Amino acid sequence: MREGQARADLASNAGARGGDLALQAAAQSEHPAIAAAARAIAAHKDVPGALMPILHAVQHDLGCIPAEAVQPIAEALNLSRAEVHGVITFYPHFRQTPPGRHVVEICRAESCQAMGGERIAAHARKKLGCDFHATSADGAFTLEPVYCLGLCAQSPAMLIDGVPYARLTPKRFDTILGYVKEDA
Amino acid sequence: MSNSATSPAIPAATAAVADGSNVTVYVPRDAAALAVGADEVVRAIQDEAARRGQAVRIIRNGSRGLLWLEPLVEIATPGGRMAYGPVQAEDVGALFDADWLHGGTHALGHGLTEEIPYLKQQERLTFARVGITDPLDLDDYQAHGGLAGLRRALAMTPAQVVEEVQNSGLRGRGGAAFPTGIKWKTVLTTPAEQKYIVCNADEGDSGTFADRMLMEGDPYVLIEGMAIAGVAVDATMGYIYVRSEYPHAIAALEDAIARARAAGWLGNDILGSGKRFDLEVRKGAGAYICGEETSLLESLEGKRGVVRAKPPLPAISGLFGKPTVINNVISLASVPIILARGAAYYRDFGVGRSQGTLPFQLAGNLKHGGLVEKAFGLTLRELLYDFGGGSASGRPLRAVQVGGPLGAYLPESQWDVPLDYEAYVKISAMIGHGGLVAFDDTVDMQWMARYAMEFCAIESCGKCTPCRIGSTRGMETIDRIAARGADHEQQVHLLRDLCDTMLGGSLCALGGMAPYPVLSALNHFPQDFGVSTANADAAHPA
Repeated sequence: MREGQARADLASNAGARGGDLALQAAAQSEHPAIAAAARAIAAHKDVPGALMPILHAVQHDLGCIPAEAVQPIAEALNLSRAEVHGVITFYPHFRQTPPGRHVVEICRAESCQAMGGERIAAHARKKLGCDFHATSADGAFTLEPVYCLGLCAQSPAMLIDGVPYARLTPKRFDTILGYVKEDA
Repeated sequence: MSNSATSPAIPAATAAVADGSNVTVYVPRDAAALAVGADEVVRAIQDEAARRGQAVRIIRNGSRGLLWLEPLVEIATPGGRMAYGPVQAEDVGALFDADWLHGGTHALGHGLTEEIPYLKQQERLTFARVGITDPLDLDDYQAHGGLAGLRRALAMTPAQVVEEVQNSGLRGRGGAAFPTGIKWKTVLTTPAEQKYIVCNADEGDSGTFADRMLMEGDPYVLIEGMAIAGVAVDATMGYIYVRSEYPHAIAALEDAIARARAAGWLGNDILGSGKRFDLEVRKGAGAYICGEETSLLESLEGKRGVVRAKPPLPAISGLFGKPTVINNVISLASVPIILARGAAYYRDFGVGRSQGTLPFQLAGNLKHGGLVEKAFGLTLRELLYDFGGGSASGRPLRAVQVGGPLGAYLPESQWDVPLDYEAYVKISAMIGHGGLVAFDDTVDMQWMARYAMEFCAIESCGKCTPCRIGSTRGMETIDRIAARGADHEQQVHLLRDLCDTMLGGSLCALGGMAPYPVLSALNHFPQDFGVSTANADAAHPA
């Protein structure tokens, strides 16, 4: 972490802080987080309210927003690192550490509860051997809660890697998990 | 998953020769259909048609909203579109055997789609095209009445457009029910170099999916509504803030915006009028609070989604400090038909001050969940039984939460209150975004009350104390009530007191309305809290 930060600082100090030179240096960085941040900055820097699109782009690229990406983003947008960190940690969708190979998001809101959603949640925890906000021991699945997927007429529902599944039963959950794992 | 790799790959064009006719088959692309296997059904239809040498043209339409029948496949026949559902990939062979391409009889058949009572009894204004058209086809959109509203608006003065919306009686469909026209008028009369139109598509309430269905099923109507808003208040830029949980809606909107721009519906010269309006989709990141308008604006500006104190109103100082129209998806998507058909046409639906229609969303433990667009004034009982068909579990229904996680739980005694904004306020409930979640008699209302507090604690932005701390204290208090200890009565009293503080002292609706589900559960289902009915009545006379 400290080493990564030093590299981030080095990258940005190649030019005036936050300037084009710094961005070019960051783009050349061997550190994937810094390079990804540089790409995201280059693509979105000039849109109004650029921070959220930049953070989404980094997470899309790397699966998470590593600490090393914070510095170049903060400089490019003339923000403090604390401000960028504050935004990353405010939003549940943003992760600071890489997830498992697949992300399983199970809805825990009222409509799914009305149709046995808590039973699915308990089953998933048991099946994956981990709690919510955690990853199964084999690194295959990260389990996350989600509060409504808009599939409420076919509860319970979940997303796996952005693909929706509804009318879940424990058996259907196992079947889906099986072929998601096979596909990988 | 797919058997397409092993099937004989006969190109559709060759197959057409055998049969001669090219049958149009509709399979929805709506997430609700995808979630129950619509893509697999499409592959199965393609494979089966190829094997039989029958040519089919598959159109991926939006959903009709008969969600218990998804995937609902429709076949275009000379007599109209025939419905089959719920179709699974393994049913496809038998459906071909039954000659479904010519409307043949099968156990999954429902006759003409338009004649299905669930659909026939609706009054579809905002959702007029959803499920009928190809959502991304520009010509299809225009052939079904699209753009008439924008064309008319472009021939009017901005003030006339605002007046038309005002006269329609349209009120914010996101939940607060504030008159849309008044909001627009404030933005129009506030001078500024730059103004914005923001669409709140952060549909986070459980039991709601109307925004999602509309964005996926008819994205152009939202684009048209926002362009009309732009013309009406002199704004040149619009943002659609969509939650990250809706990847399909985001993809549909981005595709639709690109096509609309290429066709000259958006850009520097919309429909050759010389007026400028453009749109951008912005993605949320899982924060429920960003459905609150000021928090959404903060998020759009690239900040933590922390609620702003009002005033100033967004209409005066909104996005980047500029006058901003911020409306829900359904509000904006209702504007094109108001302009196309006139304010009076829209206003004549509904009752009292609740004018027009609302797309109700039937969710939770219901046999026939789905979307029902009706004029205001019908009752919950009609929705639950005439449309919803009663519980999915077969057990008696016990409680219905109306209006999302901040809405009240209504017991059967209140199911005959007409669904209009004012009538609901009178019973300490709210219609909100029109979502209703039904629970059968296995529900523990004490648990649901605790969940309401827990949800508020998870989603609180943390700015004001009643919401940030009150929600956690609320959970703890309900836990103590659940323990049925010696101080039970005091804890119930404490919970009421806490709810009172949250109701009166919170900055926005999250903390300010989280007590609605809690108090309604406590008042209407006291036995679940270990409170005798007589005590509850004494503490809270109806």
